Amino acid sequence: MEINVDHIAKLARLALSDEEKELYAKQLSAILEYANNLNKIDTTNILPTSHAIPMKNVFREDKAIPCNNVDDILANGPETEKHMFKVPKIME
Amino acid sequence: MFKQTAQELHNKLINKEISSVELTTSLYARIEKVEDKVRAYVTLTKEEALKQAKAADERIKNNKDVTLLTGIPLAVKDNMCTKGILTTCSSKILSNYIPPYDATIVTKLKEAGAVILGKTNMDEFAMGSSTENSAFHKTKNPCDIKTVPGGSSGGSAAAVSAGEAILATGSDTGGSIRQPASFCGVVGLKPTYGRVSRFGLVAFASSLDQIGPLTKNVADSAICMNVLAGYDPKDSTSVNLPVPDYRKALVNDVKKVRIGVIKELMGEGINPEIKDSVKAALKLLSNLGAEIVEVSLPSFEYAVSTYYLIAPAEASSNLGRYDGVKFGHRNKEAKDLISMYSKTRAEGFGPEVKRRIMLGTYALSAGYYDAYYLKALKLRTLITQDFEKAFAKCDVLASPTSPTVAFNLGEKSSDPLSMYLSDIATIPVNLAGLPAISLPCGDKNGLPIGLQIIGKAFAEEIIFRVAYTFEQNLKWQKKDQLN
Repeated sequence: MEINVDHIAKLARLALSDEEKELYAKQLSAILEYANNLNKIDTTNILPTSHAIPMKNVFREDKAIPCNNVDDILANGPETEKHMFKVPKIME
Repeated sequence: MFKQTAQELHNKLINKEISSVELTTSLYARIEKVEDKVRAYVTLTKEEALKQAKAADERIKNNKDVTLLTGIPLAVKDNMCTKGILTTCSSKILSNYIPPYDATIVTKLKEAGAVILGKTNMDEFAMGSSTENSAFHKTKNPCDIKTVPGGSSGGSAAAVSAGEAILATGSDTGGSIRQPASFCGVVGLKPTYGRVSRFGLVAFASSLDQIGPLTKNVADSAICMNVLAGYDPKDSTSVNLPVPDYRKALVNDVKKVRIGVIKELMGEGINPEIKDSVKAALKLLSNLGAEIVEVSLPSFEYAVSTYYLIAPAEASSNLGRYDGVKFGHRNKEAKDLISMYSKTRAEGFGPEVKRRIMLGTYALSAGYYDAYYLKALKLRTLITQDFEKAFAKCDVLASPTSPTVAFNLGEKSSDPLSMYLSDIATIPVNLAGLPAISLPCGDKNGLPIGLQIIGKAFAEEIIFRVAYTFEQNLKWQKKDQLN
């Protein structure tokens, strides 16, 4: 199976090395080859299950609660300034 | 003291034969002695633990709010958030992450008065079946340190097995509690999906993940579930049903209980010694009055493929949050945002996590979504229906937990597919959201063999009853290889 590893890596935001690309191309096709056994079974009239326990939308009251851990949250930031997370430039 | 169960130690604590501080100190002495060989932990929290032990002793002294876990030293898997304490998921990308909050199960354990000894090693982001995918170090199986402890909750299973914790928490997405429990000769329960809150559990595959206990015996599993289980408004997938007292299910009686043996998990691909051991286990249960019936779940043939499309697809989405912006590792050289994301992720994730992100991204990408992801969701329906049909004929299902005993370190790490195929017995249970336990039923040259008992949704009690009866009547002792 041919897999466009460059395209998938771009979608996944992973800057893979050439060795990694080669390895994953090989391993992913082996895995997907195996997964093609799913095609042996006709699922035309089968509904998909995305969740094991049937569940409808779960709502909660829209109520403000105090949140006093802003400093703890910001402490994990790789780069912060004036109570904000700082990132490299987004546009020229 | 480290060899005893939570139940035995609880009695000693309330009878003032020992204090929690003494117990906790003796656990750290045990850790000091064997941790070099086992390497079950990534972080030890001795200072906090001794404070918790002191507080527990106070509670016991004043006989105020004493629970069965008050003063009991335990370990928490490192994918469950602990406020102010590193929570790394055994990943480089989270190696400096200090959560600003506790996971709900951590809050519950603290409220019960438990003592948290430390955080246990795991496969990175819970992706793996051997704990070899930890970014930090490999954990060894205390039953034979040449072999893996299983995974992904390998650190928790090894800690309990080696007496480095009285019990531990694990998480199970495709067998990550049950398979390491089986490899290390301990008891591991994956509760029904929704039974235990996932709030503060670092997400891997949200529709499959569930937290549960790893313990030395079935009674401790029930005791721990009494604390862990219950509705949590912070987890919208947790289910609002009353929590029974699981200890009441610890009844030594399986008369008339119908046990379905899964034909597909007793055939080819399962090691002969494992099959013999499980057959002997069923014979014992039959002698005790259980009715053994054979059931067939033909869709199991597709379970591994189904799981390895759905779980990576969910993971590729869940792990999108590791982008170097708000926490964790960041590449410092990148000049623009997109390359900062891509380089951060390439540096921060290990090989198995990248593999699964790639696989999941592929299965969800335009042109392949219907053929892979949607197809897998439909197979998930068929697998769930097969369980429903089987449960029309029996009360619980039984199978081996794993097709093999613990394998050697390095044996499967170069072939991801062979590693994935070893999850065949545990994966279908997660896809259907059902509860299942693994408990020891024998060994092969000292390496433990696990018996898996599966129940209907929210039928943990019948699982506990069958498992407890089996344990009470099995004459088998785990061999201690560390002394």
